[in-house]
Amino acid sequence: MSNNLGVFSKAGVRWLLKMAWRDGKASGRRLFLFMASIVLGIAAVVSIQSFSDNLKQNIALQSKALMGADFIIDSRQPANERVVEIIDSLGGADGREVNFASMVAFPKSGATKLVRVRGIEGGFPFYGKLETEPLSAAKKYQDGGGALVDATVMLQFDLNVGDSIKVGEITLPILGALESAPGDNAISSSVAPSVIVDYGLVQGTGLLQKGSRLEYNYYFVADANTDLNKLDKTIDPILDAENADLDTHTSTSQRLGRRYENVGKFLNLVAFIALLLGCVGIASSVHIYIKEKLRSVAVLKCLGATRKQTFLIYLIQIAGMGLIGGIIGTIAGLLLQQVFPLFLQSFLPFEVQLSFAVQPIIMGLLLGVFMSVLFALLPLLGTWYVSPLQVLRVQEDASLRSRKATVLVLSAIMLFIFAFSYWLLDNLRFALAFVAGILVTFSILGGIAVLFMKGIKRYFPSSWGFLARQSLLNLFRPNNQTMVLILAIGVGAFLISTLYFTKDILLAKATLEKQDQSPNLILLDVQTAQKESVAKSITLKGLPILDNIPIIAMRMQRINGRSVDDIRLDSTSTINQWILNHEFRVTYRDSLVSSENLVAGEWIGSASPNTLIPISVAENVAGDSQVVVGDSLVFNVQGVLMNTRVASIRAVDWSRMQPNFSIVFPSGVLENAPQFHVLSTNVPNRTASAELQRELVGKFPNVTIIDLRQVLVIIEGILDKISWVINFMAFFSILTGIIVLIGSVRTSKYQRIKESVLLRTLGAKSAQILKITALEYLYLGVLGSGIGILLSLISSLLLAKWVFETTFVPSWVPFGLLLPGITILVLLIGLGNSRSVLNSPPLEVLRKEGS
Amino acid sequence: MTKILNVRNLGKIYTSGSKKLTVLDDISFDITEGDTFAIVGPSGSGKTTLLGLCAGLDRPDSGSIELCGVSLTSLSEDERAVLRNQKVGFIFQDFQLLPTLTALENVSVPMELQGSKNASKIAIELLDKVGLADRRHHYPSQLSGGEQQRVALARAFSNTPAILFADEPTGNLDEETGEKVVQLLFDLNKDAGTTLVIVTHDLDLAKRNQHILRLKGGKILVDENTLVS
Repeated sequence: MSNNLGVFSKAGVRWLLKMAWRDGKASGRRLFLFMASIVLGIAAVVSIQSFSDNLKQNIALQSKALMGADFIIDSRQPANERVVEIIDSLGGADGREVNFASMVAFPKSGATKLVRVRGIEGGFPFYGKLETEPLSAAKKYQDGGGALVDATVMLQFDLNVGDSIKVGEITLPILGALESAPGDNAISSSVAPSVIVDYGLVQGTGLLQKGSRLEYNYYFVADANTDLNKLDKTIDPILDAENADLDTHTSTSQRLGRRYENVGKFLNLVAFIALLLGCVGIASSVHIYIKEKLRSVAVLKCLGATRKQTFLIYLIQIAGMGLIGGIIGTIAGLLLQQVFPLFLQSFLPFEVQLSFAVQPIIMGLLLGVFMSVLFALLPLLGTWYVSPLQVLRVQEDASLRSRKATVLVLSAIMLFIFAFSYWLLDNLRFALAFVAGILVTFSILGGIAVLFMKGIKRYFPSSWGFLARQSLLNLFRPNNQTMVLILAIGVGAFLISTLYFTKDILLAKATLEKQDQSPNLILLDVQTAQKESVAKSITLKGLPILDNIPIIAMRMQRINGRSVDDIRLDSTSTINQWILNHEFRVTYRDSLVSSENLVAGEWIGSASPNTLIPISVAENVAGDSQVVVGDSLVFNVQGVLMNTRVASIRAVDWSRMQPNFSIVFPSGVLENAPQFHVLSTNVPNRTASAELQRELVGKFPNVTIIDLRQVLVIIEGILDKISWVINFMAFFSILTGIIVLIGSVRTSKYQRIKESVLLRTLGAKSAQILKITALEYLYLGVLGSGIGILLSLISSLLLAKWVFETTFVPSWVPFGLLLPGITILVLLIGLGNSRSVLNSPPLEVLRKEGS
Repeated sequence: MTKILNVRNLGKIYTSGSKKLTVLDDISFDITEGDTFAIVGPSGSGKTTLLGLCAGLDRPDSGSIELCGVSLTSLSEDERAVLRNQKVGFIFQDFQLLPTLTALENVSVPMELQGSKNASKIAIELLDKVGLADRRHHYPSQLSGGEQQRVALARAFSNTPAILFADEPTGNLDEETGEKVVQLLFDLNKDAGTTLVIVTHDLDLAKRNQHILRLKGGKILVDENTLVS
């Protein structure tokens, strides 16, 4: 330029901030919806993130107390010579434990209960403590010859200190109620709660026999200088060969942390969906806001403000609101996380100490600003392209935006959603699937909205009455909000109903079949010698023996000619470690059972011991051990090697509550091997069940009885708590959805009011205006929620088939309750907006709404 | 005398679908510094389009415009914005005050854009001149139409423009208020020595200017010098 004009005016950042503030403070009311969307979304994400962080920190901090020692060596069998050598080389164990599941009886009431008996020797726990009531019981039990019984069991069976408990063949006094103990897992404890006795007493119970599922733990306290990781790396492979294992407190807590992290990730995703809905709210609110500001932008441009300056004024405003929303949302999230322990404590093996973690706070604030700006960019672009000519009443299309800029912004949004979900899930495939899912949902909803509008236009029902026609016209006239509303309503309905269906699938999976002849009482660890007597006890009561399954314990010795020791040492091997270390519980029979399907090979029902034995393996075992039909496997059955070949591969429905097996031998081979049995029966009611259990525990103390009805009650309890958390998060989505809905309806408020006022001026009665508005929102509500629920039905069917691998019978609730519920809500919000038209004179409304 | 606005062979065509509508055709005229100039014509004659082009709010399809010695056609959107801020003042038919800013803030904006340190002080003085100093903290919605146009007048003069464009300044006002506003406009203009370009269809208002440019169908009908006639 040949003159002295600069490219930019002299007003600097301070002026931009000043203008943003001036304009913002007068527009507070209009930005309320925007703030609400941000606050809810951020609160949801921060609460979950912060709680997960706290959980992780707690686990790390309490790792020693959770294990009770620095490291342990555990094994499913008593330590052999080699293991004893290793233990001695480590300076000897500081404490040891043997534990197993067993039935116990309470002579006071005659009741029986499946528990985990823990026989402990030495000063365990070395970190943390046995919390008992009275406190002294924790110290006394090792010399007092008594037992510590899980506090819930004490309460359940009305037991007091001083009452007795019968464990196997010995009866012990109860010395105290056990509140918590290191090494106890919350979920398994709810099925088999702990009973702690002195190690020396266990032998006397008569329960340490072959076939019992015993676990031996050797506890160690390490010097401060011991490098536990190094120890783990050097000793663990040696122990693996001896079917033992070394776990350090850090590795165990990491494993535990990962388990809870997975739950946290899922909840985070639900929270993120709430945040995304909030983002739809942001885009929708900013869209209204900027639309109202375009005239001011044109004036500012007339007065000499550049495009960049006008754009920045509103960008700063949005970022500022995002920051405030982020602050409020973060505070709300931090307060909300205090509620989680109330519902989740029973899943956690420790008391969660909540603190304010820095990362979720920073994330909340950044997310507030970033999400607001990102999702506001598209409507904000309008300020860039608005022409100053607008002030001269020259109508130009203000929505004219550069296609390139729009594509860029949309790509940035998708990239952000992907990056954030990848950060949450830490899995590329899942993150991509999540983004694809969102894209598909939005595209289907948007596509249907477009088709709907085109459909009405093309096949417009001209014969309909004035009111119905007018309300239909509203759906596709210029400046309509059909697309935004169907998206908002549809996504909200989709989420809520998917959450509902998923809960249904999870619960249905756990429900027992109510047929009379399906087993509901399972007896484990029945010795061969006891088999006939146990069966007689059952049949004498008029109950059927539904299963009588022999079980033989064995370990893998060779896979396709390679010994498991070789495979362990081969760092390139991709065979799963558990296959090499696992003690398989195998059965033999001549036919498949109802929970099994042959997927490869040929089922061979019988064979002779001297041939290569044709066996059947479950799909997961075949996959993990990398064998196919025809491959050879050698098993070690208490020193005797069995040469087998994989004759068939089966798909097993593990979710069926019945004994299922990963390896099945044919009849005629294992009949003489040392074995024990699983028997099952069906008892008609709780009393009959209790009576049978009492008798069996009295006669056969080593037999473990699982009452599936009780297990079901426990599973239902767990799912109830989980579903509470899911519902809690869904509540955020619902609330955000409502705000988005209000925002979307408000977008078109002035437009609709102007038209209603015009109709009013022309003499339309209140009832007519009301009907037009009601019909319009009725169409939108039914269409949006209907499509949303239908989409959720499809996604739930896919989830049931591919993720949960179960059948899915949809419940009527989403259709019967959600659809009308959401539609009525849309209707009420829509009518609420038109209230002022009905109550006030036309001119007054226009003046008020226009100001 | 220096020419502040030089318009040569100006043409503007609007396209609507496949239809082309010539709004301005071969317009040429000059305005000398300090003059008062009226553009009149019936609705649709292209007056407002011409004003928009002369003030650098839009680009012509043909011809050239030189404002304060700068060729507008060679400037980018942002360069034209800066030029407007430094050399041009505006008054609009519907006032166009920023609704979320007070009267004082509205008047201050053009000066603030220039980086002026005394924006508030000068704005109060200007509001005082238009008789609204005591209402400086009021928002536009709290002011009457006449008051809003007086605030707009104060804002138009706040950046001491070289040229002031007024688009139907009394169009939205009743006759009495309109007269008062016009009087104020001419008084302020005289004091400041600003060149004034008014677009109007009010012939009485047009006749108070030194020059009148009559447009019809996008062409100049008469370019008359009222002082001469």
